[in-house]
Amino acid sequence: MVTIALLGTLLTACGGGESGVATLNWYINPDNGGQAELAAKCSAASNGAYRIETSVLPNDATAQREQLVRRLAAKDASIDLMSLDPPFIPEFAEAGFLREYTEAEARELNTGALSGPIESGTWDGKLMGAPFWANTQLLWFRRSVAQAAGIDPARTPVTWSQIIDLAASAGKTVEVQGNLYEGYMVWISALVSSAGGKILENPEAGKNVKPAIDSDAGRKAATVVQQLGRSRAADPALSTTDEEAARAAFQGDTGGFMVNWAYVYGAAQEAVAAGTLDKSVLDDIGWARYPQVDAGVPSRPPLGGINLGIGAFSNHKDEAVQAVRCITSLESQTQYMLKSKNPGARAAVYDNPEVRTVFPMADDLRTSLAEGAPRPRTPYYTDVSTAVQRSFHPPASVDPNRAPDRAAKLIVNVLKDKVLL
Amino acid sequence: MTITGTAAPAIGVPVTDRTRNEKRLGWKLTAPAVIVMLAVTAYPMLNALYLSLFSYRLTDPAAREFIGLRNYGVVLSDGLWWQTVFTTVIITVVTVAVELLIGFGFAMVMHRIIFGRKVVRTSILIPYGIITVVSAFAWRYAFALDSGFINTWFNLGDFAWFSERWSSLVAICLSEIWKTTPFMSLLLLAGLAQVPEDLQEAAKVDGATWRQRLTRVTLPNMKGAILVAVLFRTLDAYRLFDNVFVMTAGAQKTETVSFLAYRQMISRTALGLGSAVSVLLFLSVVAIAALFIKGFKVDLSSVRGR
Repeated sequence: MVTIALLGTLLTACGGGESGVATLNWYINPDNGGQAELAAKCSAASNGAYRIETSVLPNDATAQREQLVRRLAAKDASIDLMSLDPPFIPEFAEAGFLREYTEAEARELNTGALSGPIESGTWDGKLMGAPFWANTQLLWFRRSVAQAAGIDPARTPVTWSQIIDLAASAGKTVEVQGNLYEGYMVWISALVSSAGGKILENPEAGKNVKPAIDSDAGRKAATVVQQLGRSRAADPALSTTDEEAARAAFQGDTGGFMVNWAYVYGAAQEAVAAGTLDKSVLDDIGWARYPQVDAGVPSRPPLGGINLGIGAFSNHKDEAVQAVRCITSLESQTQYMLKSKNPGARAAVYDNPEVRTVFPMADDLRTSLAEGAPRPRTPYYTDVSTAVQRSFHPPASVDPNRAPDRAAKLIVNVLKDKVLL
Repeated sequence: MTITGTAAPAIGVPVTDRTRNEKRLGWKLTAPAVIVMLAVTAYPMLNALYLSLFSYRLTDPAAREFIGLRNYGVVLSDGLWWQTVFTTVIITVVTVAVELLIGFGFAMVMHRIIFGRKVVRTSILIPYGIITVVSAFAWRYAFALDSGFINTWFNLGDFAWFSERWSSLVAICLSEIWKTTPFMSLLLLAGLAQVPEDLQEAAKVDGATWRQRLTRVTLPNMKGAILVAVLFRTLDAYRLFDNVFVMTAGAQKTETVSFLAYRQMISRTALGLGSAVSVLLFLSVVAIAALFIKGFKVDLSSVRGR
């Protein structure tokens, strides 16, 4: 009886609060306030049609997905808009968690967007996540270290093996994301793609997928992981390093090279402005395209970013579409890129003069976005990603002859519910 | 000698009207709580049991399929399950053993101290008042390479604690011991208080040394309290989750059984397999409790005033 009375109060507490203006709940990934700024701007611009409130999701991508899946599986009507990491879109789309954009809406929202973000937001021929911002990784290097070694990665593409050896002999590090998490999958996936391979043969096959990581490309990728893992150029805490730890180490005394997302340069600028980083370090930071696996074969940088999905159970879908239009407009994307230091999804953003002063690497980003490789697009992405991460971890003990084979077998068995993961 | 049924009275204690009436009153008083407990714990548990018979993913409800006990077969034949069981057992044995020793020392101090009694008792109990996640973060930062002080104190250079299995487990165990020893000492303090003071004095008069008094008088008289304390802590330690989640997120083979269940259930949303792992975790906990209560004859109800 006590419980029933309790439940009653909870239900009334949840149900109340309906007013004239539609309140849109936008679940956002944490950033430096850029999305909240857009929410306020678009709410004001809607002339009372809707009001957007933002709710911040957890820090890492896997945990963001976890929370959204949990809520959407319970048909949570309070999720109107969500900032989605593209690899999770197929899963959400297949599960019926997303309201698909109509053809007319898709045409409008995709106009002027880069092909990568459009592709990553589309599933089964339908747009499920509108391109909002696009992300890619570059090779960041300390100009002083490269100069001392007599190379210029910005002019002549470098290979992984080359920078690992250079850094080791100079007593510097090559920073990557080696923690057991999604960022590690980003690295492995980019290595496999750069070596000319794929992780899955037919990602769209769902449970009956055929892995392709057990190949020469997979073994080459594992060789790079092993080489760095056992090199003196590895961060002492390589197997627990995430994006921020890599950035901190790269800006420190032993920093030499780093692969990381586009935001790191803007973050360094902000740190200088806040007085927590010496300006000489910022001036020492150079950038180039993602390193190659095979010398002479252009690399395939990883792709990321955020697409905007509309909750399938939302009570305000029409208003949500209007809000997406406003949030993904060229003007909003430019504002967002300048505020959050995350690259826009529309090509025209990169021609904006103000963007070009804040992002001297704007052209490199655009090229990288155009020639990058997405992570496998499957409704079972989390399982595939975890299987690969576990088979390749920790980096120092990766055996190139074994890890890809193990990953391939684990993927098949996990998807058929034959083993734990 | 075997004792059948939990209701069987301990040998030598006659069943009086008083105990019978007390028992009846006890049931009446606990009935409301039992009903609420059934609603909020029995239902989810039965539901987990039911779900564990399916191949079922939250994000793919259409492919749900009844597969009987196959999930249990998968879990029990999987190396990962046994690896997590091994890790969990190690953590449990090490932390409970160390906590018992330190906790006993603390309990003696708290029991015997005359000056500053309140201050000492409070300061010993403080770690227990700190939220586990918070203490796990504190220890993680203490061991971290950039913000930590452990490496500086012990001159370890850039030794990365969380990059290796055993050093990670040391850190996890240390944080767990630091956090829960006070609980152990609190339970032991209650046991110490039960040892009659006249027995101690009689032993003293008979010329027993400190060691003899400890092993012949104190320990035998508080055996019940010790076993209850060890039982509670073992059950807690076997379900360890927070420290692992915060400190390593299960990397370097530091995954515990609860963490494995969490990952199958929440991260992978594999409800069938996840439920099977949870049910097995529940059964292990029941087995531990049964072992203590039957095997060591811990009588939880005997811990009451005489």
